[in-house]
Amino acid sequence: MEPLQIAEKIKEKFPDEVLEIKEFRGQVSVTLKKNRILEICRYLHSDPTLDFNYLIDLCGVDYLPKKDNRFEIVYHLYSIKRRHAIRLKAEVPENDPAIDSVTAIWAGANWHERECYDMYGIAFTGHPDLRRILMPEDWEGHPLRKDYDIKGAAKEWAGFIGVLDRAKKFKEFEWKG
Amino acid sequence: MGLIVNTLSPSLVEVEKGTKILAPNIIITSFDKLINWGRSSSMWPVTFGLACCAIEMMTTGSSHYDLDRMGIIFRGSPRQADFMIVAGTVTKKMSEIVRRVYDQMPEPRYVIAMGSCACSGGIFNTYSTVQGCDSFLPVDVYVPGCPPRPEALLEGIIKLQEKIKGEHFRWSRWR
Amino acid sequence: MEGIEKTFETKELTISMGPQHPATHGVLRLVLTLDGETVIKCTPYVGYLHRGVEKLGENRTYFAALPLTDRLDYISSMNNNVGYVNAVEKLFGIEATERAKFIRTMVAEMGRISSHIIWLGTHVLDIGATTPFLYAFRERERILDLFEMLCGARLTVSYPRVGGVRNDISQEFLDTLYDFILDFPSRMDDYETLVTENRVWKQRTVGIGVISAEEAINWGLTGGTLRGSGVNYDVRKHAPYDAYDKVEFDVPLGKSGDCYDRYLVRIGEMRQANRIIKQCIEKLPLGPVMANEPKFTLPPKDLVLKDIEHLIHQFVLITKGPAVPEGEVYMGTEVPKGELGFYFVSDGAGKPYRMRVRAPSFVHASVLPKLCEGLMIADVIANIGTIDIVLGECDR
Repeated sequence: MEPLQIAEKIKEKFPDEVLEIKEFRGQVSVTLKKNRILEICRYLHSDPTLDFNYLIDLCGVDYLPKKDNRFEIVYHLYSIKRRHAIRLKAEVPENDPAIDSVTAIWAGANWHERECYDMYGIAFTGHPDLRRILMPEDWEGHPLRKDYDIKGAAKEWAGFIGVLDRAKKFKEFEWKG
Repeated sequence: MGLIVNTLSPSLVEVEKGTKILAPNIIITSFDKLINWGRSSSMWPVTFGLACCAIEMMTTGSSHYDLDRMGIIFRGSPRQADFMIVAGTVTKKMSEIVRRVYDQMPEPRYVIAMGSCACSGGIFNTYSTVQGCDSFLPVDVYVPGCPPRPEALLEGIIKLQEKIKGEHFRWSRWR
Repeated sequence: MEGIEKTFETKELTISMGPQHPATHGVLRLVLTLDGETVIKCTPYVGYLHRGVEKLGENRTYFAALPLTDRLDYISSMNNNVGYVNAVEKLFGIEATERAKFIRTMVAEMGRISSHIIWLGTHVLDIGATTPFLYAFRERERILDLFEMLCGARLTVSYPRVGGVRNDISQEFLDTLYDFILDFPSRMDDYETLVTENRVWKQRTVGIGVISAEEAINWGLTGGTLRGSGVNYDVRKHAPYDAYDKVEFDVPLGKSGDCYDRYLVRIGEMRQANRIIKQCIEKLPLGPVMANEPKFTLPPKDLVLKDIEHLIHQFVLITKGPAVPEGEVYMGTEVPKGELGFYFVSDGAGKPYRMRVRAPSFVHASVLPKLCEGLMIADVIANIGTIDIVLGECDR
């Protein structure tokens, strides 16, 4: 099926949820509201003509100065049998950064959602084990947000300060000869 | 410096309480040469490959640029190792473990910082990377490169061997 | 024995197969809960090599972010570069020249051979066979010598560039490469003689780490790990890029989804890669190696040093970046580990607004608990080897 046809099919099944359909370089993205994302994904997974059995990627994007709804969760779906792909984008506002988790449909979304939580601070309701994955568990701040500096926050992580203190304490035993 | 409590004359020193022995520099100098030759020709590193430089370290250990001819056998446990090659980027999450492995090594111990990331953070000047492992480890030899060629790592190891050969009395309990 | 078991109370033991371990292929931490030797629960912890590549990508122009992709899967850096360059070219809307496409296919397949060789060497070394490791590195040295002849760097090459490749290849390179691929099948037979029908190898890998086809698709596996379960999904066939639609090759598939089938799939892929390189050498067209798109590609260096217009172009492209249209694009390519995907969101500036790297090793590491539970510790080592992860890619 052509990507635009898939987008039209989603629009006719869920007309209130679809905000925008855009095409660029032959790839179509469908922007949705976040409320019924689980239903939409279930429909795409189980419908026999669409048959999106493969979640390629799940990531977040931060549009801080540009849009009202600050975050977007982007799902890339692919059907191995039918060989067609679609991109879904669910808008998530900053004052309520939570969205349903799709781990019940595609088990591979588990770690992608954990990384999204770690890097952007978006909570996924219904996720079996939501905690930080790439940063240390007690890290403060969400690194990929646009207001997080690349060199890090001003306050250093407590674990690293502990390592530096230990190094300073043991410095007297080093060989100085 | 260690256990020498009192230097009575250039050739007589007092260690601990009441025990007087000949100063180290008299008969030990040629012992230094012999023992340092033995120590430098059979250095055993602990495997500490973190990132891309670990692959070049493995390549240096394989048949083409053999490390075994220099007496180097990679040991799995730090308790049985002589030195540590920190090969790759050290992140803040990993820094604790690097320091712990270093603390577990028995003396005399050395550190080679291999690659730009271990020397100074490399191209990764970010929130999660330690800018050089020498902020929490005493480094003896820096081998720059991204990744350094196997010949460069071999030269770094040879420099460490020369450093060991020039050491005075580090092997002893009475230092 | 039964009487002893009834009165012998055992406790479960939780150990950490920590980040510093000779067999974990990098800094992967596994916390295992054991009952004797059997694994009850396995939790992987990653992030010990998280260097912030995605954040760095937002602060650099498209040309300057290329060396970052070298260091993702550092074993096969040519393939990462090819993936990045294809995605950026799709975003810009330009195409590389024919000769550059064939060269990129050729070096990508050489990278595939060298990556699978390291996989073979380290996987069998972990399981206990030490000989193939040294043999494998001997082959890899020949490929690295070829890379050095081509572009000067052994490991972290940045040879494929946006719009083509960095420089043309010499006749000496083609002759040496041709000698290598004529020689390679007999070396492969050497490795297969040592390992494939080996009784010990079969006992250690047949029936270990089984994952069925539906589960593999559901968990998002790609590459050799997926094809070992019988699913015919290869990005080179489903969405061809570069010159993959102009060469003939087969995609080896497994049947039962255990470690042994994945091993056979990757051995088959090495032989197919040899075949692709041979066809690329024979079909290599003549022509330039860099596309003629002054707004999007860097001009040749000798013209930059002579002509003022090219100098201005070079200056603007390096400092401010190219004038990219607004939009977003996802492009997946087949690297030795699986499907590497790049998702770019562009807002018209010379630097990407968002650069997302979809790493296959990240997804494969998440399936470790499912493969390991119920097996013994030695099988955990076999599983880590068979899913073929590289922590630089997993943590980015």
